[in-house]
Amino acid sequence: MNPLLRDILVWLVKAGVVYGGLLGVAAGMTLAERKVSAWMQYRHGPNRVGPWGLLQPIADGVKFIFKESLTPDGANRWLFRFAPAIAAVPAMMTVAVIPFGPAVPLPDSWGVPAAFTNLSVTDLDIGLMYLLAIGGLSIYGVILGGWASNSKFSLLGGLRASAQMISYELTLILTILAVVALSGSLSLRGVVEAQPDFWEWNVFHQPLAFVLFSIAAFAETNRHPFDFAECEPELVSGFHTEYSSMRFALFALGEYCAMVVMASLWTTLFLGGYKVPFWENAPWFVCVAAFCAKTSLFLFLYLWVRWTLPRFRFDQLMHLGWKVFLPLALVNLFLTGAAVSYGVDLW
Amino acid sequence: MDPAQAAVPPMLIDYVPVLILLGLIVGFAVFNMLLSDVMGGKRRSIAKGSAYECGMEPQGSARIRLSIHYYLVAVLFILFDVESIFLIPWAATAKAFQAQQLGSIVFAEIALFALILGVGLAFVWRKGGLDWDR
Repeated sequence: MNPLLRDILVWLVKAGVVYGGLLGVAAGMTLAERKVSAWMQYRHGPNRVGPWGLLQPIADGVKFIFKESLTPDGANRWLFRFAPAIAAVPAMMTVAVIPFGPAVPLPDSWGVPAAFTNLSVTDLDIGLMYLLAIGGLSIYGVILGGWASNSKFSLLGGLRASAQMISYELTLILTILAVVALSGSLSLRGVVEAQPDFWEWNVFHQPLAFVLFSIAAFAETNRHPFDFAECEPELVSGFHTEYSSMRFALFALGEYCAMVVMASLWTTLFLGGYKVPFWENAPWFVCVAAFCAKTSLFLFLYLWVRWTLPRFRFDQLMHLGWKVFLPLALVNLFLTGAAVSYGVDLW
Repeated sequence: MDPAQAAVPPMLIDYVPVLILLGLIVGFAVFNMLLSDVMGGKRRSIAKGSAYECGMEPQGSARIRLSIHYYLVAVLFILFDVESIFLIPWAATAKAFQAQQLGSIVFAEIALFALILGVGLAFVWRKGGLDWDR
């Protein structure tokens, strides 16, 4: 077997495993969402399908497939039918650059010398830019779906979602840039490698960026307390009011995947990614476990916040984004940049 | 693989897995949509095809005019998004410039650039462009 063939095999396996894992975690989140909600409200939650309701996501998937995929009479047919894919595909594509583990040795076999492969679908040297560029595209799916439905609830939901996502994207980019300036790398693996042990995690060097990023992540993924795109008492279900069947499921799946990626990004940027605290050169499976644990922490935070905080008002959200977060993120980037450029060690 | 012998530049090779993933994801999305089109029910009625307005008869069209605020936010976003695009290369190289003793001059240039945009933000703020409930 020649080395190129082996490379292709490794790529296929990594892409398959990562995508399968992403879908698995997203499906798990749909169950966790209902389970944790139930526990926080002193209920049982789904518990009929499989032990503890664990097979609920599969039952949901089967049900989605057999439901009628309805296109409203007044809708723009093609836009309406493709919008879920336009929203879901970029959200899922962003997982490509998330490093979830260190280099892993490949076995020396079939006459190919042993080599290493990094645990991530790919390691782009402009990983963060790729992530921001591709992740930003899912706004098109949301606004097209909302507009093409020809329903007022959908239209308003789509508009709100897009205005909110673009406002908080600025905060997100500027906080990420502060981390980039500190690490001197746009590659996510570079950012992880720049925080080798516990006290060098960016959460200690960039506390303001950490807080801003965490909150902006909620707004960017349209999650409570910023879920104006589908805030039930006002807009029924927002931009996917008219959607049914697998098209609705794709929107939901896209959102959950975006949440998972955002949690992984949070881990990577601020919590040392796959690094294990106080254990340098930990074996790769421990690193992957550490990455999963840190990411789950943020995923749980999504659910926790949902049942703790009341919903904002839309004008409050825009004020917070433009008048508080954007100036704070700019100032933070300015100070970080000054410290890096003049060689001042803030720690 | 020896980079010199590679058919594609080694940097572009990194994008091949992205294409593989894209294939997987688009395949998944299209397959699922087609599957539910084929397997799902197909009973249509006038009421079912009408826009959902909480059980009432739909009133008028949903192709309505939008609040000017949405446009304003979009324009401001473009402005600051372009700013952040220019900041990206600086942020990625700030450390390297510092190592070459060029940190302060490069920082002064980018700070001037950011300052001009900061003045722009202050202007929009002052004019009330950021007030959503005006």
